[in-house]
Amino acid sequence: MAGTLLFNALREAIDEEMARDSLVCVMGEDVGHYGGSYKVTKDLCEKYGELRVLDTPIAENSFTGMAVGAAMTGLRPIVEGMNMGFLLLAFNQISNNMGMLRYTSGGNYTIPTVVRGPGGVGRQLGAEHSQRLEAYFHAVPGIKIVACSTPTNAKGLMKAAIRDDNPVLFFEHVLLYNLTEEIPSGEYVCALDQADLVKEGKDVTILTYSRMRHHCLKAVEMLESEDIDVELIDLISLKPFDMDTIKRSIAKTNRVIIVEECMKTGGIGAELIALITEECFDDLDAPPVRLSSQDIPTPYNGKLENLTIIQPHQIVESVQKIVSKGV
Amino acid sequence: MANQTTNPINKPEEKGFGAGEHAERLSGLATTEQAEIDKKTGLDIFRDMTLGRRFEDKCAEMYYRGKMFGFVHLYNGQEAVSSGVIGAMKKKHDWFCSTYRDHVHALSAGVPAREVMSELFGKETGCSKGRGGSMHLFSKEHHLLGGYAFIGEGIPVAVGAAFTSKYKKEALGEKQSDSVTAAFFGDGTCNNGQFFECLNMAQLWKLPILFVVENNKWAIGMAHDRATSDPEIWRKANSFGMAGEEVNGMDVLAVREAAIRAIKRARNGEGPTLLECLTYRFRGHSLADPDELRQEEEKQFWSERDPLKALEKDLLTRSLATTEELRAIEKEIDKEVTDAVEFALEAPEPKPEELTRYIWAEKEERF
Repeated sequence: MAGTLLFNALREAIDEEMARDSLVCVMGEDVGHYGGSYKVTKDLCEKYGELRVLDTPIAENSFTGMAVGAAMTGLRPIVEGMNMGFLLLAFNQISNNMGMLRYTSGGNYTIPTVVRGPGGVGRQLGAEHSQRLEAYFHAVPGIKIVACSTPTNAKGLMKAAIRDDNPVLFFEHVLLYNLTEEIPSGEYVCALDQADLVKEGKDVTILTYSRMRHHCLKAVEMLESEDIDVELIDLISLKPFDMDTIKRSIAKTNRVIIVEECMKTGGIGAELIALITEECFDDLDAPPVRLSSQDIPTPYNGKLENLTIIQPHQIVESVQKIVSKGV
Repeated sequence: MANQTTNPINKPEEKGFGAGEHAERLSGLATTEQAEIDKKTGLDIFRDMTLGRRFEDKCAEMYYRGKMFGFVHLYNGQEAVSSGVIGAMKKKHDWFCSTYRDHVHALSAGVPAREVMSELFGKETGCSKGRGGSMHLFSKEHHLLGGYAFIGEGIPVAVGAAFTSKYKKEALGEKQSDSVTAAFFGDGTCNNGQFFECLNMAQLWKLPILFVVENNKWAIGMAHDRATSDPEIWRKANSFGMAGEEVNGMDVLAVREAAIRAIKRARNGEGPTLLECLTYRFRGHSLADPDELRQEEEKQFWSERDPLKALEKDLLTRSLATTEELRAIEKEIDKEVTDAVEFALEAPEPKPEELTRYIWAEKEERF
């Protein structure tokens, strides 16, 4: 029985939304004839034409700004960052115009745009192609940030992002495109702002997102034999955080570990831990823990690369340590 | 001309340039053809330019009286560009995109003086509800895509508006979709990547857009010929296979004629135009600029070519207006500007409880 590959789940979402709403369009490098660098827009150009699936020159800041202008005048563009790292070149348009313009204009305009593409550390892609821009963009007001992690949520979240009237930065992970699973048949949409309670547990809460969800699942499996019951939450929404779900979980487990692929300094976990300290302090029986990537450019060498990001055994060790501390 | 090198160590006074190369270009223009206009159009243009001038003079006064804050960039001297281009376009149909020097583009686009003035005063009645300020005027109603405060960032947004026009016509089959976008920016922007990237994309896709360069020679303190390898900006269009024109930006009827040609091309699906308007700002870069670098001789040259006086002469020569009519318009405008100030002074400030409003979309806002 064939499941659906994650990149195809995304493709289905875009296809369905383009069929549903003729104002939805795609623009970016190689999204048309080539079908996207990871085939997320494969054959859509043929189906919807070259204007609705627009191959742009390599000019990130300008085609991102163009999407802003198109959104202001009525379209609902999806911008593909061939690699999300390239969108550092579009930082100004994403920050000043996607994020801030609605506010600065006093509500004159809305910017219904999705900026999507592969992020994260891949396999020896080198520092520039291994970035985690979710942390860099986190401080920008007015944008939602979402990270998908399974074919099922990839499709439902993409559809929700396209329908949202706000700009959404949609992070896919370069190593998850070929993940397969059975996805629900028929139309479904996932909530953009809700965390996913992946596994209920009582001993410790793990908060994670994107590819690290799967590292955490491996760790949870390893810990089951030790009779440690982990509650695993996939954040899904990196901005805003689903604090209700997070608080409820910490009130139950009284311990929290954040597992992230971004760097520790100024990372997603940095903001999250600050909020947890502010809002859940009395519920905590142990200091919150952050497991993050090293604060270094991702090295090319495979062994060094593995040492840069968190591995499942480190999650296991961290859980053992925090649980053994007792109340 | 040949001895005017772009060697950056040359100080202006050593170049002995009189009013300078920028000024000299006015006498060598390929065409000085002016638009044919009727009386009503002539008076409308005069009214628009007068409003632009007097509104800005009032801003300076209010700034020095502590009624408006931040960086305020005035448009004095460049009125022929805004009135010449926007006056030839369709209000609330075509789209307009500006920079930090945006008050007068907003007025020409039809944003009421009350809304612009009260925005500058930071009031809730402002066109951006007091959240934007001088450099961030927006009006969806009047198709003002906004004032953009960073160099060049408005150009891609304008290209996006032009893309929507084409998309609606060709992808959605809306035959009546023929809006044209005008993107205004200065000479300093023409050395920025977004300018080149957008010229390329706009010509590649034959988008209905006018790239209107207000070449006033000075990017704050950087003289145009010290910043660019070829000061004739309109020629850069040629590299993209795009129509390019240079025009006397102090002559509103010449600007109008060139704009009409460009708009026609755009509406007919023949693609964009790079329109370089040679102009000059009569004041410093902003009201905070001590304006120490520009030579008196140069300022004198341009003030003698005041676009408002030039239009007045044209209207009188063509018997399209009498002096009395023009003075009467000025009085009306003074009243309008005074009214705008009174309105802005009395207008309410934004409510503190609405500090975080407008971050997120409140409802589905489809066209």
